[in-house]
Amino acid sequence: MAIDQATVRKIASLARIAISDAEATAMEGELNGILGWVEQLGEVDVTGVEPMTAVIPNTLRLRDDVVDADPLTGGNRRDDVLANAPEPQHGFFGVPKVIE
Amino acid sequence: MSNYTIKGETGEWEVVIGLEVHAQVTSNAKLFSGAATAFGAEPNTQVSLVDAAMPGMLPVPNRECIRQAVRTGMAIDAQINKWSRFDRKNYFYADLPQGYQISQLYHPLVGEGSLTIEADEKAGIAEAKRIGIERIHVEQDAGKLMHDQHPTMSYVDLNRSGVALMEIVSKPDMRSPAEAGAYVRKLRAILRYVGSCDGNMEEGSMRADVNVSVRKPGDAFGTRTETKNVNSVRFVMAVIEGEAKRQVALIESGGTVVQETRLYDPDRNETRSMRSKEDAHDYRYFPDPDLLPLELDDAFLDECRASLPELPDAKRARYIGEGISAYNADVLTAEVEAARWFDALLEAGAKPVAAANWVTSELFGALNRLGKDISESPVSPAQAAELLGLVADGTISGSIAKQVFEKMLESGDGAAAIVDRDGLKQTSDTGAIEAEIAKVLSANADKVAQYKGGKEALFGFFVGQTMKAMQGKANPQVVNELLKKALG
Amino acid sequence: MTDLTNLTVAQIRDGHRAGDFSAVEVAEAFNANVAGAKALNAFIVETPEHALAAAKQADADRAAGTLKPLSGVPIGMKDLFATNGVQTTAASHMLEGFVPRYESTVSQKLWDAGAGMLGKLNLDQFAMGSSNETSYFGNVISPWRRKDGGPNLKEGAALAPGGSSGGSSAAIAARLCPAATGTDTGGSIRQPAAFTGISGIKPTYGRCSRWGIVAFASSLDQAGPMARDVRDCAIMLQNMAGFDAKDATSLDLPVPDWEAALSGDLKGKKVGIPREYRLDGIDPDIDAMWDAGIAMLKDAGAEVVEISLPHTKYALPAYYIIAPAEASSNLARYDGVRYGLRDLPQGAGLQDMYAATRAEGFGPEVKRRIMIGTYVLSAGFYDAYYTQAQKVRALISRDFTAAFETCDVILAPTAPSAAFGLGEKTADPLAMYLNDVFAVPASLAGLPAMSVPAALNREELPLGLQIIGKAFDEQGVLNAGLAIEERASFTARAEKWW
Repeated sequence: MAIDQATVRKIASLARIAISDAEATAMEGELNGILGWVEQLGEVDVTGVEPMTAVIPNTLRLRDDVVDADPLTGGNRRDDVLANAPEPQHGFFGVPKVIE
Repeated sequence: MSNYTIKGETGEWEVVIGLEVHAQVTSNAKLFSGAATAFGAEPNTQVSLVDAAMPGMLPVPNRECIRQAVRTGMAIDAQINKWSRFDRKNYFYADLPQGYQISQLYHPLVGEGSLTIEADEKAGIAEAKRIGIERIHVEQDAGKLMHDQHPTMSYVDLNRSGVALMEIVSKPDMRSPAEAGAYVRKLRAILRYVGSCDGNMEEGSMRADVNVSVRKPGDAFGTRTETKNVNSVRFVMAVIEGEAKRQVALIESGGTVVQETRLYDPDRNETRSMRSKEDAHDYRYFPDPDLLPLELDDAFLDECRASLPELPDAKRARYIGEGISAYNADVLTAEVEAARWFDALLEAGAKPVAAANWVTSELFGALNRLGKDISESPVSPAQAAELLGLVADGTISGSIAKQVFEKMLESGDGAAAIVDRDGLKQTSDTGAIEAEIAKVLSANADKVAQYKGGKEALFGFFVGQTMKAMQGKANPQVVNELLKKALG
Repeated sequence: MTDLTNLTVAQIRDGHRAGDFSAVEVAEAFNANVAGAKALNAFIVETPEHALAAAKQADADRAAGTLKPLSGVPIGMKDLFATNGVQTTAASHMLEGFVPRYESTVSQKLWDAGAGMLGKLNLDQFAMGSSNETSYFGNVISPWRRKDGGPNLKEGAALAPGGSSGGSSAAIAARLCPAATGTDTGGSIRQPAAFTGISGIKPTYGRCSRWGIVAFASSLDQAGPMARDVRDCAIMLQNMAGFDAKDATSLDLPVPDWEAALSGDLKGKKVGIPREYRLDGIDPDIDAMWDAGIAMLKDAGAEVVEISLPHTKYALPAYYIIAPAEASSNLARYDGVRYGLRDLPQGAGLQDMYAATRAEGFGPEVKRRIMIGTYVLSAGFYDAYYTQAQKVRALISRDFTAAFETCDVILAPTAPSAAFGLGEKTADPLAMYLNDVFAVPASLAGLPAMSVPAALNREELPLGLQIIGKAFDEQGVLNAGLAIEERASFTARAEKWW
């Protein structure tokens, strides 16, 4: 399944990474090289094999429904949440105007 | 079945409707973090490091959110999947801090179920109809964008980001706006009975994505459009009607319906295409590697089942079985608060039929007048039971009961106390009643003559006059008997 | 006076406890080494004040009789762990200047145990790389240099310290810190340890909390220690591991006292030698080291058995689907909205801002992996790539389960070569990926695995042996590592040139 320039651009767009023509050309070759190599997985007979879900046998634990039980995973820390914001605005994160 | 059709130039078109209802799960904390879920907080105050998707933050699911979704599934007789998984739905938007929404695509928590909408002649629903539900899955809500605060910027508030939602996906089983409206109302009632969602559409606790397509009767399904985030029953119905008409007009003028996401503008009552969701068809779902499969044990499921209340359909059937009219049973079960109030009234000893009549007429009338919800009723179920008991045992008449109820509303006093204090107890003292009857008959000799001449309808007049003379306190049965004797 | 920077973690701990020296002296000695080693570029941020403050506390605790397990021990922190108030970059332009207001669980545990921080260590950008050449903050230079490299290898050329934990490996090998944290997604602790003649262990997936570690591939990422010897790895690991309710994949198991149970006596133990790890055309020095390792374990009393891990060949391709897929999603949060770089071209809308920010903030290798991951998850390809890879992963895991029915630990080389020169493999991503061929299978299966230095090759560069253990059996891994360490008598160290 060789990918072409158009596919490279589509993937870059889905991934939200702007790429130049030169980058797209370079990536086409690299990605085809890597994808061509991983395609050897198709040789493996996986009949009756379930995809791996948990690497180590373990069950999903559930949290109690308590607000701010642990400050590290609780709210009420707006200053911390906004501390690194490129464009903090009156307690909000500012982004270029979005037209829906 | 519904007869609803859109009449186009080429004939009649059937409308096919499926709804994806997003219901906010009632919980204290968010689905994957400990931040609060309360409505109306200052921007970004109910945001944890997890909700803001800071580097290295991880989700841990909230048991209560899972429990509420399971209970909801049980309430629609759905299959509960003891093994489910969370998947990531990947897309970029300013209200989605992780760059993906944690949802469930491949293995949802709840599988197929259904609910029943009741017949409603006025709305064109001829008979009760079962609407299939495809699945319920649990997912994160997104944050909110504000567009009006700044000329060149939008503002992002993540308070809602990570709040638990249930997405309840119906099958394309509805055929008219009325059916869709009834479905949303019934679903809302069930959620509120279960307590898994407050059903508050104004605050966004319930929104619907409305899938609409049209077809000629008997044809295969047409291409559907999805109108996002419709937040009232009225709007859901308006979207269906508008969208169905738009599609019919489009097809009949030679166009084709494009599968797309649309947005409803309530001010203009129209939908328009949402270009901002261009990537909508490649969400790159895959199992969230931060979370293991969700496995539920029997003890968990047993608790979920045991904690379910009596649901609207069962309650309605029980009321009807107790002699209450279907209409009253519908009215009493539509809102969970009313049903709970009514059950408390029965619990306190009131007789079902009389209680149902009284609640739907007297109580609802009074609350309506006072502008109060039933949860704010000045009269408690126990007090109302006392009042109805006084009528049932003949202590007061129905008309005195109305007066007593008014006094109860004003003073908050008990019915028996008011009756005692104001001397409203009805009398069966035959002597006193006979004396008043004699006065009434002598004052209306002409009417007595007419009655005796065969105008028997006048009997009611004599009863009324006698009751009035007795200031309403005479036992109506005794009055009847004595009058018959006197006129005999 | 002895050079305090030559001491191991255990020696510092014990010497400090005994009053042989103060913690402040130790911290100052290491701070001086860090300050004098700019040429290695091992640190992105130096935090001498943090190390000194912890040392002062350690000295006070000694006086008060309240010493903690790592009192007086300064360490290096891979710059993938969020550190409260200290810039955390994952070696990316994207997170340049990002100062978290939270501390990762693992680093917090280390501080709680009394350790101090010498600085944030350089790494491959977002931990993606095997040579530390993808850092936005420049390559880390290995302290090691080749001797007589033969006709094709330039003697004295700058060598890769391995990756992604290359700052950690270089700093330890150069005595800039006695131990450091690493993270291992597909060999990122073991391969750099092997390249620099030190030890490092990746514990069972879930032993160390991932909370606060910048995510690369969630189902594979696992923190672990890197240090000069096996004992130090045990000491560090038992102060890093432990259940964390904030990480849903964290193992709810008690943390054993691995140090106390260390023993190089392998009587009654069976060591498996995987047939499929014998690669055609591999560097004969690697095979020779492996054979020597087998002899050492026999000497330690172990019985050696040949085992088969039939799907070994498919581990790397599976890894290069699964890891990029997870990464493409994990790195979606770097969008210029809430923290980190924002590149907003004139008149750009939100989606343009994303594309510009991510083009500017990510390096070429990170972009490559995001692109691969996005592609393999995209509509129409998901089953062929991702689902197939997860099935193969299940088969690889089964291979190990079956093998562990006949052995207790597995012995293999850590990497197929010694350290290579900077720039030697950067032109060909695939050649770089192949360097993780022996490391990746244990990562895919979530198993504990460590690298211990075993020999020098003909260029006098260190080579590492890898021990892979059963899930939860870090003790078995450490003990086999110790048995090799006791017999390999690896004392070589890089001569100081920096």
